[in-house]
Amino acid sequence: MMDRGSYKKRLILAVGALAVLTLAAFCLGRYSMNPADVIGAIADKIAGNTDTEAMQNIVFRVRLPRILAALLIGAALSVSGAAYQSTLRNPLVSPDLLGVSSGASTGAAVAILFGFSLGGIQFFAFAGGILAVLLATSLPRLLRNSSNMVLVLSGIIVSGFMASILGIIKFVSSEQDQLASIVFWQMGSLAHILNMSQLLSVAPAIIVCLIIMLAVSWRLNILSFGEQEARTVGINVKRLRALIIVCASLLTASAVSISGTIGWIGLIIPHFGRLICGSDNTKLMPLVAILGGAFLLVIDTLARCITSAEIPLSILSGLVGAPLFAWLLAHRRAKMI
Amino acid sequence: MSIRITDLNFSYGTKQVLRGIHLDIEPAQTLSILGPNGAGKTTLLNAIAGLEGSFPDNIAYNGQPYRHFSPRQMARLVGYVPQIIVPTFDYSVVDYVVTGCAPQLGTFQRPGQEHYDIAVQAIREMGIEHLAEKSYRQISGGEQQQVSIARVLAQGPSYILMDEPTSHLDYGNQVRVLKTIRRLAQSGFGVIFTTHNPDQALLLGGRTAIIDRGGNLICGESHKLISEPFLKELYGVQLCISGLERAGRCVCFAPNLGDGGN
Repeated sequence: MMDRGSYKKRLILAVGALAVLTLAAFCLGRYSMNPADVIGAIADKIAGNTDTEAMQNIVFRVRLPRILAALLIGAALSVSGAAYQSTLRNPLVSPDLLGVSSGASTGAAVAILFGFSLGGIQFFAFAGGILAVLLATSLPRLLRNSSNMVLVLSGIIVSGFMASILGIIKFVSSEQDQLASIVFWQMGSLAHILNMSQLLSVAPAIIVCLIIMLAVSWRLNILSFGEQEARTVGINVKRLRALIIVCASLLTASAVSISGTIGWIGLIIPHFGRLICGSDNTKLMPLVAILGGAFLLVIDTLARCITSAEIPLSILSGLVGAPLFAWLLAHRRAKMI
Repeated sequence: MSIRITDLNFSYGTKQVLRGIHLDIEPAQTLSILGPNGAGKTTLLNAIAGLEGSFPDNIAYNGQPYRHFSPRQMARLVGYVPQIIVPTFDYSVVDYVVTGCAPQLGTFQRPGQEHYDIAVQAIREMGIEHLAEKSYRQISGGEQQQVSIARVLAQGPSYILMDEPTSHLDYGNQVRVLKTIRRLAQSGFGVIFTTHNPDQALLLGGRTAIIDRGGNLICGESHKLISEPFLKELYGVQLCISGLERAGRCVCFAPNLGDGGN
């Protein structure tokens, strides 16, 4: 097992890697800059020097919102995945489990169908995601069965239902560009994050939920031993589980409302984190937030640099994530995940 | 300062498992719960642990019905050693034991050095210091049992419940667990455990509660309560209880496998 010293070292290493990747993301793009220029532009901005205004514009207006969005969304999806996995004691669960993603896709598709603006699409996506989770969590109450299994099954039911509604919307969407927008939205992209105000609409919710997740991370450990175990040490399991599901769902819904659905991150990053620091959520959660942010940052930087057209994020996250997951499984086959 | 159960009934659907149960449980004593499969032993144990929410008024501690206890207070009263658990994710033994300190911590708090000290102390009391840094999933079933008991010690309740603590263990470890149970009772805990082996109740002395197939419970001094006709009635096979000079006590055993039939 891992002692505190070596955990700290690994965490510092991860933060350092994230800093390097962030600097690289600032440098790369249609207009390439070298790291010195980026740092110079930041220094000039702080000093109020307008000589390098073009570069300052690229760094602060074009790239900063997008880089922050990638970091925040990556962290949100990964932390929410890790939380779902621990709460439901199932390592194969991803943040879409309770239908958040399919609900958000359906909401976004409705907004696109009615020709709403970007803000409207974001709002409908968020509302759709939350509605799906509400449905998925109220089904077990109707069935008077609060086991994890029933919760997972109702997530599948709601996801399936939402997918069909989405299918109907796609089918009736008259114009070709509507269908293209829906499909493109479902594959995820940060290309339309053009200013800070878009980010600010979801950042507070994401940050508050991340902080709550970090705060309950030790209790999440106890919850992962099983419901009865947790109750015998005086934990109000229903209340704690509700808090975690609410936070995890808000994280995912906030994230996908501005990025569209992005696959794989919420599933593989928690496993990658466990490989580095073990299962203890108090150590895992901060690391997973950093790794998730870094992963999406890399994916998004590739998405905007590889070709002149933006590549949807789910394509790249799948291309990178699926083999990575296979490698993880091979690496850990001695232990159970 | 005892747990008192009055007129407790419980049924699964139409099958009644516990019928009009009265029971007093004293501290610093062992209570062995015997009964055939499906008689409701675990249900009774869960009820005593406050895990069954359906009878908040039938069980009281020190005159206070369970209804008045918060989950945290309940955890300070009763600790529970479950049957072997298989955690989905891996934790070190000391990280597992420290979860016993949860009742002392707020929802957003984490264990600090003093809680790890409590955990290490509990591990030391169980004599399993060598396991402290090992991974919980990689130690044996007997060791996991000891780790679970250490966690309950860190929790520091007045009563310790164990659900079939010997059922998954080899014979040596079974004897070790019984020794631990006796030691815990001597140091002031009320220890309540379920078992399928009447001889364990005789070996430990203390008191025994027996639940029959109809869900009725009778309770008394282990040596007085456990008799041959009673066991025949309970388990449907002939068992012997006989003084054994070498053991210096009464022993319960199956004399032979009979001549054919069941």
